[in-house]
Formats: sequence, C-alpha cells, structure tokens
Amino acid sequence: MEKEAKGLSGQLAYARILDKGMKIGLVAIIITFVIYLTGILTPYIPVSDLPKYWGLSVHKYLEETGIHQGWSWLGMLGKGDFLNFAGIAFLAGITIICYIRIIPIFFRKKDFVYGIFAIIEVLVLTLAASGLLKTGGH
Amino acid sequence: MLGTARRISFLILILLVITSVFGIAYCSEQTVETAAKGSSLPWWAWPLILFIVTFVLGILAVLGGVGGGVLFVPIVGGFFPFHLDFVRGAGLLVALAGALAAGPGLLKSGMACLRLAIPVALIASACAIVGAMIGLALPTNVVNISLGATILGIVLIMLMAKKSEYPEVKQADALSSALNIYGIYCEASTGRDINWQIHRTPQALATFIIIGVMAGMFGLGAGWANVPVLNLMMGAPLKVSVATSKFLLSVTDTSAAWIYFNNGAVLPMMVVPSIVGIMLGSIVGVRILAKTKPAAVRYIVIVMLLFAGARALLKGLGIWK
Repeated sequence: MEKEAKGLSGQLAYARILDKGMKIGLVAIIITFVIYLTGILTPYIPVSDLPKYWGLSVHKYLEETGIHQGWSWLGMLGKGDFLNFAGIAFLAGITIICYIRIIPIFFRKKDFVYGIFAIIEVLVLTLAASGLLKTGGH
Repeated sequence: MLGTARRISFLILILLVITSVFGIAYCSEQTVETAAKGSSLPWWAWPLILFIVTFVLGILAVLGGVGGGVLFVPIVGGFFPFHLDFVRGAGLLVALAGALAAGPGLLKSGMACLRLAIPVALIASACAIVGAMIGLALPTNVVNISLGATILGIVLIMLMAKKSEYPEVKQADALSSALNIYGIYCEASTGRDINWQIHRTPQALATFIIIGVMAGMFGLGAGWANVPVLNLMMGAPLKVSVATSKFLLSVTDTSAAWIYFNNGAVLPMMVVPSIVGIMLGSIVGVRILAKTKPAAVRYIVIVMLLFAGARALLKGLGIWK
C-alpha cells in the first residue's frame, strides 16, 4: 500500500509535513498551556476571572475585555493566555504549509488542474487566516 | 473469564457515561442558579470537568464510529456554562486536531485519497468560511434551534443511512474521469486489491457546499455528512470514504477555525483541555475497539445525540433554559 501511495502525486510529501507539523503543534499547545496554568507568564485575563467572561457572546466578551479581533494577539504573546494562541495558530496553519509544498509537485508532473486547485486552496485558507473577514455583532 | 471482564468494563463505561451526562446536567442547572448569585464553583472546576467529559467523549466517538466534534458541540454547548460561540470555536479545533493527527497515517497507507479530497476540500473549505461568518453573526437562539434540528437530523442519518462496503460504479462520470479520480487499495482482511472509481461528481460537489456551510456554522466537523456523500452518492468504497472524510476535515475545519480564531471565539482554557481530553480518550477508545466492538455503544451515542439535540432545540426555543 505504501508503494501504491508513492505513485500518487504529492500524497506522501503532504503526509510527511502534516506528520511533523501536527506533532510540533500539539507539543506547542501543551507547553504553552502549562506555562499559562502555572502562571510563569501573567495572563491578560486572570484565570479566576474567566467564569465572568466565558458565558458571554464573543462580541460582548471582546467589548468587556478590550481584546481586539484578528492578529492583535501577536503583540500580546508575553501574556500567558495569549501565548497559547501561538500553538493554536500553528496547528491551524499546517494545512496551508502542506498545500504550498504540493503545488510545485503538481506542476512538475504537468498536473496543472490540481496545481491550480492547490493554489486556490492556499488563497482560500490564507483569506480565512488573514483576519480580514470580520463578523457583525449579535 | 475474559467475556465477564469485558461485560464489566462495558457496564462501567455505560455507568460513566450516564453519570457524566446527568452529573453535568445537574451541575449545569446549579450553575445557572448560582450564576445569578455569583458562581460557587472555583474557576478550575469547569475546565477539569470539561477534560473528563471530553476524555469520555473521545472513547465513545471511536466506539460509536463518529467524530469528536459532533458529540462535543451539542453536549458541551447544552450542559456547560460556556457560550455557544466559544463551544463552536473549541469544537472546530477539537475536530481539526483529530483530523490532523489521523491524516498522515491515512495518506501514507493510501486509504485517504488526496486526489479525491482536493476538489471536495476546496468547495467545502470556502463554504465553511461563509458558514462560520453566518454562525457568528446570527443570534444565539437561532443557532441553537438550527443546531438542535441538525443534530436530530444527524441522528436520523445514523439510524437510517445504509453503508456500502464496495459500491458498484459501472462507469465513472466525465468530471471524475477528467480529474483522474480513481484508485486502488489492498483490502487487508481479504488481501484483495480493490479498484475503485466514482460517479455523480457534480451532484456531490454541490452537496459539499451545504456540508461546508453547516460545518462552519455549527463547528461540528462534518464526518457524519462526508461519509454518506463519498460512499453512497459518489460510490467510493467505505474505507476510502471514511479515511478521505477524516482527512478532508483537516482542510474544511482549518478555514472555519481561522474565522472563529480571528473573531476572538477561542478560549485556551476550553480548547486545550478539550483537545487533550478527546485525544487521550480516542487512544483508549482505539485500544478498547481492538478487543471488542459493543454495538450498544452506537446506540448510547445516538441517545446522547438525541438528548443533546433536543436540549439545543428547546434551549433555542426558550423552553428549557
């Protein structure tokens, strides 16, 4: 079966990156969570205050905590709770890296349709990750 | 002797499930009452309960043959004090982590087919973005009503949908032929090579528009819908459908998860215990599955979904707050 998979364009290359990325991402979220729980880095929202916020809608939560949408968390990585976002973002970004890896493989094999599909997928996922798409309140 | 041990383990599992569900329902009511007066539970109690419950859900998901996300959202959304926005964000990340963990093995073995997944994933992931944006913009009661109705629909699908080990596809359709979507895999149980091809590709791709929107809107993952479409509509063998569906979630849920993440609907205190709990539960579940497959677990899962779906529906309608 392994031999068979080798014949499929990009499948093994995709699997190898996914494997490494997934392991790094899972280790990262566990380490950052331990840092958060142990209080090595002070969180932006004290853990004892969390029950005040987790029952609110996301719009109300952002309003009351003064947290901004999008990539603003990058500037708050020194806070224990926001440090966790680095691991989560990495985990959510692996698929984009995997797709970028297989684009040249498809084009090298003159599989232009799938090469274009992969490029469009990268664009779709990048748009989702960009933070440009914001929702209104409810 | 071994049979008795299995029966006892199974009984303990059932008791654990029942205790968890009713315990949470009880705690939930207590919290609703105490929330008005000021919560009596320490801050760490709910994340700890969440970890234990997701561990049990991880076991049940494997034994019941469903994804973790489809159990997580209605149960945690219905019986925990967390807002549905955060529950859906966590649900997507739970489903995503599970799909990412399973993906490499499924791709390397050739069970998941990247060629089949790529066009489907493109449509589903783009539509999941739309679904996530709609889901975050809609009032919570509307989302609860739709979620409840969807979960009850999933229960119907689970009860009624047939599965076909090797569907008969007499002729591949023009689109799948043009895209070279076909494959061969070795069936381990018989040692036989199975050649497969698919049909009704345009209709299936259209169906994935709806599946993508629903996955994003409710944060459920979408294995419950992916598998019947890949298997029954397109005619892919059951094992290929299950494996490709699992891999597909890693792409669909990525796009929706980013929308929830960038809009602030991700709380690490919920997400990390849930991911770790459900993954550890899945590992234990796979070990139990290797020894036995109690058919009754599937019915327990169905009853839990029925209960959680009814809860979401009634909560949305304001009947059971």
